[in-house]
Amino acid sequence: MNRIDEKFKQLESEKRGGFIPFIVAGDPNLAATKNLILLLAESGASVIELGVPFSDPVADGVTIQAAAERALRNRIGVTDVLETVKEVRVEGCETPIILFSYFNPILQFGLEKFASAMKTVGADGVLITDLVPEEAEDFRRILAEKDLALIMLAAPTSSDERLKKICDKASGFVYAVSRAGVTGARNEMSNEAENLVKRLRTFTDLPIAVGFGISTAAQIEEVCKYADAAVVGSAIVKEIERSIELVDVIENVRKFVENLSPN
Amino acid sequence: MDFQPNALGYWGEFGGRFVPETLMSPIEELTGAYFAVRDDADFQTEFLNLLQDFSGRPTPLFYAKRLSEKLGGAKIYLKREDLSHTGSHKINNAVGQILLARRMGKKRIIAETGAGQHGVATATVCALFGLECVVYMGDEDMRRQALNVFRMRLLGAEVRGVGAGAKTLKDAINEALRDWVTNVDSTYYLLGSALGPHPYPLMVRDFQSVIGREARRQILEKENRLPDVLVACVGGGSNSIGLFHPFLVDEIVRMIGVEAGGKGNNLGEHAARFNKAGGGRIGVLQGTKSYLLQNDDGQIALTHSISAGLDYASVGPEHAFLQSIGRVEYAMATDDEALAAFQTLSETEGIIPALESSHGIAHAVKIAPEMSPDEIMIVNLSGRGDKDVNQVQEMIDGTPSS
Repeated sequence: MNRIDEKFKQLESEKRGGFIPFIVAGDPNLAATKNLILLLAESGASVIELGVPFSDPVADGVTIQAAAERALRNRIGVTDVLETVKEVRVEGCETPIILFSYFNPILQFGLEKFASAMKTVGADGVLITDLVPEEAEDFRRILAEKDLALIMLAAPTSSDERLKKICDKASGFVYAVSRAGVTGARNEMSNEAENLVKRLRTFTDLPIAVGFGISTAAQIEEVCKYADAAVVGSAIVKEIERSIELVDVIENVRKFVENLSPN
Repeated sequence: MDFQPNALGYWGEFGGRFVPETLMSPIEELTGAYFAVRDDADFQTEFLNLLQDFSGRPTPLFYAKRLSEKLGGAKIYLKREDLSHTGSHKINNAVGQILLARRMGKKRIIAETGAGQHGVATATVCALFGLECVVYMGDEDMRRQALNVFRMRLLGAEVRGVGAGAKTLKDAINEALRDWVTNVDSTYYLLGSALGPHPYPLMVRDFQSVIGREARRQILEKENRLPDVLVACVGGGSNSIGLFHPFLVDEIVRMIGVEAGGKGNNLGEHAARFNKAGGGRIGVLQGTKSYLLQNDDGQIALTHSISAGLDYASVGPEHAFLQSIGRVEYAMATDDEALAAFQTLSETEGIIPALESSHGIAHAVKIAPEMSPDEIMIVNLSGRGDKDVNQVQEMIDGTPSS
């Protein structure tokens, strides 16, 4: 059993919701990313989403776009992201890590080569923002052969027919997008998310995480009433951005994350 | 071979749909709506009537006698898309898609634009039907195509500048996609080139194929035979696919797409996606698999061209397919060659071409002298150069225009 499945089993037995923070690799630099992963693991992250920066992030709002630009100024590529995972595993971090990417950087790296490298460094799964189920079969098969998860996205706009296709390709967990739109913090959670999670439950027994727009402990608590985990992305990335000028990025983000973590 | 994509929108290995899941339902809805009108006689009649009465079609096929004589080779005809309403071929697709958007009951239209021609065409058809219109345009393109920005605003459209990346067409498409994913229910994305997720490359090609159908009929009337060569510039590839498509079955017709060679062969200095030495490789960008200018990490490269309409890192997937099977050849014209052709056509024919179209003319200037006077070439004059006059004045005189 891989780390993701184990973690969700554990959460279920403890009757707790999961907390899934997202950061962009190389923002503001790789050394900080490594320390941030270790910090997030210590601060109660159930799974960590590590973003692979991309030049044209169409699914992202301004906060994550800016983070990707900062990372790309450091010329961070897929190789660097994998190397960072390797380093935190060497440090003893056993929190599940999934790589969050657009398709082109992975395609250029090579799908087989990427899956092998993920296995070698100890990454547990991958989520591709612009890979819909119709295009996902080759990659799903390659990942499945190595017991690596392909986390699929479901949206409130997805028809039941599409949700079924999505769940058929998914492993690890399903990522339910809380609302139509790009990534970014919002003050209010839409009730579309709860409805989507209910619909997804009829197609899959996989755990379901809700993301997009979640930025506070109260929102996490609310989401975990009906979903298995909550993803916080832009709010943490914004905190990293705010901390760049400060002496200790890590310590500042630690305070923010400790206030978020539901446990 | 019928040159139609498969059900997932692939020509060979090129095309498909690579988008956030949120967009898949609207894209499926669009695909259903488009296939419902594709063979619908009422829709096609409405489309052709508007092209005739509103846009002034058919556009002439003009024998460029002085240019042909000057080059001393092939007999050159110009397909005069520059005479279309709004000044370029972009109006053909805008008319087609606005009729579809109306049938789908959409009230808010968004579009991206590079040179501004597609933005102007979209703003125009939105004014015609009283629909809300938002156009995304890179800040750099707004600067070099300021006249078109004013035209769009005059037509009642809101122009939103995009400051990301190189501030050109690719960045405008990203922002339009973000708007669409946020406003899926109300909004119709009127994409302007033969790009993006299926069904856009097919739909845009279909609407633009009116160019090639007319040109084929016109050359048969004038010369009683098919042309030897077709030449058209290729940015995203809509004017060229529109000219080429109705001739694809005519195996004797040679076709050449002309990409922007920019100012050099290094990545970042040009926009020639089929230029493998210059960094062009197969990849996925903005919804489709095609040739891309990218670095080794799969990050999309900055591009350069004198013409905003060709300044794009990817190319329509059907072009990638036609290149892969060798049906269409792809060549390059540099900034300097395009600028020279801009002046040549102005002086010899009294026609000021768009800088985009000047790349096609530049290639004609290169190959026509090697052809014989009984050979026929058609160059797609995709747009007129009024929008470029200030920019060209700066480049020729070395001084900013007033």
